Amino acid sequence: MDRLLYIAMSGAKENMNSLAVRGNNLANAATVGFKADLEQARAMQAYGEGLPSRVFSMTESPGQRMDQGGLMTTGRDLDVAIQGDGWLTVEDGDGKEAYTRMGNLRVSPLGTLQTSSGLNVLDDAGQPIILPLPMEKIEINQDGTVIGRPEGATPDTVEEYQRIKLVNPDIKSISKGQDGLFHRNDGKSEAATDQVQLISGALEASNVNVVDEMTNLIRLQRQFETQVKMMQTAEKNDEAQNQLLRMS
Amino acid sequence: MIPALWISKTGLDAQQTNISVASNNLANASTVGFKKGRAIFEDLLYQNINQPGGRSSADTTLPSGLMLGAGAKVVATQKNFTQGSVQTTDNSLDVMVQGRGFFEIQMPDGSTAYTRNGQFALNSEGTIVTPGMGYPVQPEIQVPQDAESITIGGDGQVSVKIKGQAESQVIGQFTLTDFVNPGGLQPIGENLYAETQSSGAALQGVAGADGLGVIKQGMLEASNVNVTEELVNLIQAQRVYEMNSKVLTTVDQMMSFLTQRT
Repeated sequence: MDRLLYIAMSGAKENMNSLAVRGNNLANAATVGFKADLEQARAMQAYGEGLPSRVFSMTESPGQRMDQGGLMTTGRDLDVAIQGDGWLTVEDGDGKEAYTRMGNLRVSPLGTLQTSSGLNVLDDAGQPIILPLPMEKIEINQDGTVIGRPEGATPDTVEEYQRIKLVNPDIKSISKGQDGLFHRNDGKSEAATDQVQLISGALEASNVNVVDEMTNLIRLQRQFETQVKMMQTAEKNDEAQNQLLRMS
Repeated sequence: MIPALWISKTGLDAQQTNISVASNNLANASTVGFKKGRAIFEDLLYQNINQPGGRSSADTTLPSGLMLGAGAKVVATQKNFTQGSVQTTDNSLDVMVQGRGFFEIQMPDGSTAYTRNGQFALNSEGTIVTPGMGYPVQPEIQVPQDAESITIGGDGQVSVKIKGQAESQVIGQFTLTDFVNPGGLQPIGENLYAETQSSGAALQGVAGADGLGVIKQGMLEASNVNVTEELVNLIQAQRVYEMNSKVLTTVDQMMSFLTQRT
């Protein structure tokens, strides 16, 4: 039997993987700070005897689209969006530094500044930001400094606390981990920069381009159908072959 | 079986929750003391199909791998405790908190609940209670039967003028309670909130002091729902829902093509 069938099968299978990447982007079309995953296919040749026509495909995700998502104003003091390039630094599940643009922050009952999923936001020194409770008002400055007024203080009191560690690493040196947060590829920590600016009272929408995703959805569907058509062709070829061998 | 099916299902679920939250906000757009909520989404964990840097042959490695995300999920519904606008009613038992703080309410089971809704009423014994279920406000304040008028001060002090007496008489004081993280309070319906671990412990104080808000008589705090914002949310949720359902039908069509053509 011809191996065409297997090539077509691998193509169809990889189309399903690509569809999963596109589907995940669309599922996160309303997730704050989400960066759309890219998807592409790579030709993987199987070397061996015979004609070098056995090229299987392999889907891969080379990275994420890093352009900025739209700004949504919420007016909440602890919502921050990053203007232009840059990342907020948080502590991931392993206690290491990770980067995110998800800016819906909150204060834990113990006074730690956290993301909405409960990850500690880190300061310039790489330590969690702990506020002296109870606080009457907490705000985040343009440069990431947390300012506020402890409860009972006079209205003209503005105390400065730690500064959120804002970083702007080279995009090539970071990648998305299994937790959806970005990490440095070499596992080191990135130096803080004062070039990154925050907008308080706003959130960054997901940067998923829905038109792009829908178009690719159609492309993948048609390509899948072509693969199935190739499988049919392989079957017909086999039938014709059998016919020739049949003694009449 | 087919990851894309389940991924789009998580997207549909997430947007369903989004619509529920937005419609609850809209339904309560004129509920006094109501605080709008919002659903917070996050991407689910990623699954490594091909590890970046994995071997593609004896002496070559893959420059980039394939990671399939598992979709989106709702991590929290967060209440937004910004101040609502002022409604002037001139009703002597209507009070609002201008600033931080909640009124304390005694529940029938002995527990305590908190509210921003200051539409109070009197029950048959003259106790100040919530308008709906008639739960007494803490500390309990009894208004004498022959009271002509009730005055509530900025610090919560309640005084009454009794018929035939020249001087007004102080009968009690509203206290305010604040939380470290009001967003962590659990809404229990009837405009009430319950303390949780994430809200932090209740901190009682006098209105106008210790950073707490001031009590205003004859006014109510309107709901802080921004109707336009909710409509925008609804439109966005509906379109994202449709697109996820489009993924679902695409996969379905592909599968039916596969089963019918081979």
